Amino acid sequence: MMRQISALGRRGCDLLEAMGRAGLFLAQSSVGVPSREGLYLWLRQVHFIGVLSLAIVLVSGLFIGMVLALQGYTILVDFGAEQALGQMVALSLLRELSPVVAALLFAGRAGSALTAEIGLMKATEQLTSMEMIGVDPLRRVVAPRLWAGFVALPLLTVGFSVVGIYGGYLVGVEWLGVFDGSFWGNMQSSVDFVGDVGNGMLKSLVFAVVVTWIAVFQGYDLIPTSEGISRATTRTVVYSSLAVLGLDFVLTAVMFGGLS
Amino acid sequence: MKRSKIMELGVGLFMLAGILGMIFLGLRVSGLTLTSPGNTFTLEANFSNIGGLKPRAQVTMAGVTVGRISSIELDTDWYDARVVMELDGKLEDRLSRDTTAAILTSGLLGEQYVGLSVGGDPETLADGDTIRDTQSALVLEELIQQFVSNMVSD
Repeated sequence: MMRQISALGRRGCDLLEAMGRAGLFLAQSSVGVPSREGLYLWLRQVHFIGVLSLAIVLVSGLFIGMVLALQGYTILVDFGAEQALGQMVALSLLRELSPVVAALLFAGRAGSALTAEIGLMKATEQLTSMEMIGVDPLRRVVAPRLWAGFVALPLLTVGFSVVGIYGGYLVGVEWLGVFDGSFWGNMQSSVDFVGDVGNGMLKSLVFAVVVTWIAVFQGYDLIPTSEGISRATTRTVVYSSLAVLGLDFVLTAVMFGGLS
Repeated sequence: MKRSKIMELGVGLFMLAGILGMIFLGLRVSGLTLTSPGNTFTLEANFSNIGGLKPRAQVTMAGVTVGRISSIELDTDWYDARVVMELDGKLEDRLSRDTTAAILTSGLLGEQYVGLSVGGDPETLADGDTIRDTQSALVLEELIQQFVSNMVSD
């Protein structure tokens, strides 16, 4: 009995310690004045985790927008309110689907790659060698990846929304024959730039920080064996998906739930 | 070196696409207009019941949107609703003084909006004036009550 309780206490202490390490890690690696070379490293990471994720994010956005329009139309047409299709597609994409789905795809496409890359660097003792020759791995390896993630995911979310709304337009107007003017007109009269677009982007920024942080920290903190790398990669995807979905509820309750 | 140039170009295009996307979301989706706020003028109207009218709702004339509602508050002198409307500056001093305002509904489940229709008075409404002749929103309960009392009196 006593042993179980002390095991529980050890788990709690380990958890708190890991959270403290992760917080220190984020603070240490994200501050600091970027040098000319740091900017170049950052650009390379934006290319890898942003530009190369574009294809999967945009294709998913197009299909999600199209499915939303199709599903929304079959429901709205029962009430004779298919003119509201534009506002339904735009609001559900901007407020909810774009930030969440883009963050989940980002965690799968870029987060896992970040964890594996940094983990392999640690397992092959590249990070230790860097410290030996006087290069700070936090600033050289970790900081560019963190900042690239903070920038890339909000941009990907914008792309997701735009392509999704266009997909909704294709299905709703071009295929199902909703009137063009009411599709855009209803959308424009109901979408508020600060309240809907702005809050969606704020959500996406929060998700970007959380997902990139988890991915990079899992890579930096793993046990340097092949099994450790595989576990850390899995943990990145699982933890960041759960964190995104959980935080999404909290943020939605604060932003749109009338709590203020 | 050549490869890094292509990469830089890719990142640049990516960020440009993001900015263009934001502009699209602003102008096309949320309908932000770049006209200066000085290009509008305000009119007030008192309604005895506004039903489900909300701020930011449209103000139309002959079905054309000419402005939007900036605020709704309770007038404590008369205990009715004072609706402040922001209208296109082109209409300033061109609406007759006996213009009427009615709260209408677009479609069966649509949003409520204010419809204006001009009268024949040569005097015109200026910035800050109040529209006197108003027609309240239709409230379903009142309609039913009217219908029932007509049935009983027959």
